[in-house]
Amino acid sequence: MSAPIDLPKWVDTALVPAVSVVAAFLVAGLVVVGIGENPLTATRLLIQGSLGTGEGLGFTLFYTTNFIFTGLAVAVAYHAGLFNIGAEGQATLAGLGAALVLLNLGFLPGFLLIPLGILGAAAFGALWAAIPGYLQAKRGSHIVITTIMFNWLASVLIVYLLVNVLREPTNMNPETPAFPVQSQIPFMHDVFAAFGIEIAPSQLNLTFVLALAAAYGIWLLIYRSRLGYAIRTIGFNPLAAVYAGISPARVTVIAMILSGALAGGLAVNELMGYQHRLLLEFTSGYGFVGIAVALMGRAHPLGIILASLLFGILYQGGAELAFEQPAITRDMVVVIGGIIILFAGALEGLFRRVVARMLTPALKQVRA
Amino acid sequence: MDLSFFVTVFDSSLRLSIPLLAACLAGLWSERSGVVDIGLEGKMLVAAFAAAAAAHAFGSAWIGLLAGIGASVAFALIHGFASISQRGNQIVSGVAINMLAVGLTAIVGNAWYGQGGRTPPLEGAERFGEVFLGHSAPVYIALLAVVVTWFVLGKTRFGLRLRAVGENPAAVDTAGISVTKLRYAAVVICGALCGLAGTYLSVGQSAGFLPNMTAGKGFIALAALIFAKWRAWPALGTCFLFGVLEVAAIRLQGIALPGIGEVPVQAIQALPYLMTVILLAGVIGKAIPPRASGVPYVKER
Repeated sequence: MSAPIDLPKWVDTALVPAVSVVAAFLVAGLVVVGIGENPLTATRLLIQGSLGTGEGLGFTLFYTTNFIFTGLAVAVAYHAGLFNIGAEGQATLAGLGAALVLLNLGFLPGFLLIPLGILGAAAFGALWAAIPGYLQAKRGSHIVITTIMFNWLASVLIVYLLVNVLREPTNMNPETPAFPVQSQIPFMHDVFAAFGIEIAPSQLNLTFVLALAAAYGIWLLIYRSRLGYAIRTIGFNPLAAVYAGISPARVTVIAMILSGALAGGLAVNELMGYQHRLLLEFTSGYGFVGIAVALMGRAHPLGIILASLLFGILYQGGAELAFEQPAITRDMVVVIGGIIILFAGALEGLFRRVVARMLTPALKQVRA
Repeated sequence: MDLSFFVTVFDSSLRLSIPLLAACLAGLWSERSGVVDIGLEGKMLVAAFAAAAAAHAFGSAWIGLLAGIGASVAFALIHGFASISQRGNQIVSGVAINMLAVGLTAIVGNAWYGQGGRTPPLEGAERFGEVFLGHSAPVYIALLAVVVTWFVLGKTRFGLRLRAVGENPAAVDTAGISVTKLRYAAVVICGALCGLAGTYLSVGQSAGFLPNMTAGKGFIALAALIFAKWRAWPALGTCFLFGVLEVAAIRLQGIALPGIGEVPVQAIQALPYLMTVILLAGVIGKAIPPRASGVPYVKER
């Protein structure tokens, strides 16, 4: 039973993930039935709310942006054989980095301040990921445990800073003052309006374009560059990598730096693009759902964009759905994410075997 | 600072350390058999919900405990199926368990009670009352579990085999003992202890379930497990220490210590995580996990 099963590439990259995702949705449908709602009505409301209106679509793509960043973050580390569970904490720190830059350099014009804010976010996210990366590479601490601990350290740190240091004395809420106006990343509807095109206003901002660019950049890096080759080699067979003259320690730290910087994109979209201030818990689970996105997208940027769109639809549609059917809250997205991680990640072998068994007669025919 | 002060601090530290202790022992059983479990948090959460719901429905804290253990064992078996039978990635499975637990308890709680995910408040026999020295039954069950874990793992044949499976499963297999059965046994025990931890949270410490009420306790238990180097008595000591820290964080709010000044609550809250990172980095001592933990066993290899 443990003999390797040879499957055509399209089966492994498209069919197996698709089957496991469909199975995940069927199970999620059972949960909906279990709490006494109609899954078909729920699906209709969900799609209507996320894609049916211009406004809904805008919100869907806003959430998609968050998922692209956290999905890419998890995927880059995954290619190096590292499990980065710390995207949540890295994005939190990235928010701090962006806030420190924007609040202290408010005298700069926007075309300088926005890139500097993004760099600040990336740098702080990268730093928070680099430490567990370094500890794994040089001290042998397990990266899963360290990144979990760093998530909690980040959340404790940010509470302390927002309550005691960064908050305006007059403000009761633990949040920073608003970022300078020129540092706000333009909303998509404002950008379109500048060209005389009217689209429905939403939270969607130019960070979406940055996310797509990041996905393309990561594709180039992973599949078309020397460093990407080193990263994939380390992930595939660290011992072989050493013989090939690749330093696992160096590549581990670099992969984690990239991963943390990408997680910082979540802070850019949420804080610089929408909230325009640093506040508590803005990461709200995107980092964990990013694991589902990366697994579902097979750690490939294109797959991640598609998986992110799916989760964007779920997230926005779920919010609309909660108005119509109050029993189905947004927590449903977390459930679906969990089932997808279980099916597409931990039970991948099972689904592969099931698909292989179903396909065997057909494949034999093709070969004969 | 008289005696009664120390008694109060001791009592509240013990109370706060019990969920950590039960979850920590749960992780100890699982990881000693070679199954890494970062889903302690999720199992505690489903147990807390199931226990509160059952205690409310049947008016008995003990039925709550049974339901809590049942729910937690069910989730443990999902993890077992993925990581033992299907040889899936144990970390991935653990993450899935945690997410499922957060989402499901919120959705089902909301659908059943419509109180934003809370269960109705528990009172009287629906909660565990004080039985001895001001503590409730689960406290003593958890303390007993320390002794049992120490004895069974250290002194019995079953325990020896279970530990061997976590170090060198091939050797155990060669001796004609089923690796799969031993690991499933460990995973079920892990589920039961997480069930105890979660039940104590919602039916012992508090009077009902609140969404996400575990609030990272499962991960502190994981930290404690590493700190205790996967041993039962040190687990008791570490969890109690983390309990003391929790009490200190509450008690030291707004109080200036002589010579130090006011200690921020967050600094104390950060200590367990920070200590674990430092320990894992090998700066003070070294924490070495069971050798085969996290590695699925393939018979033919």
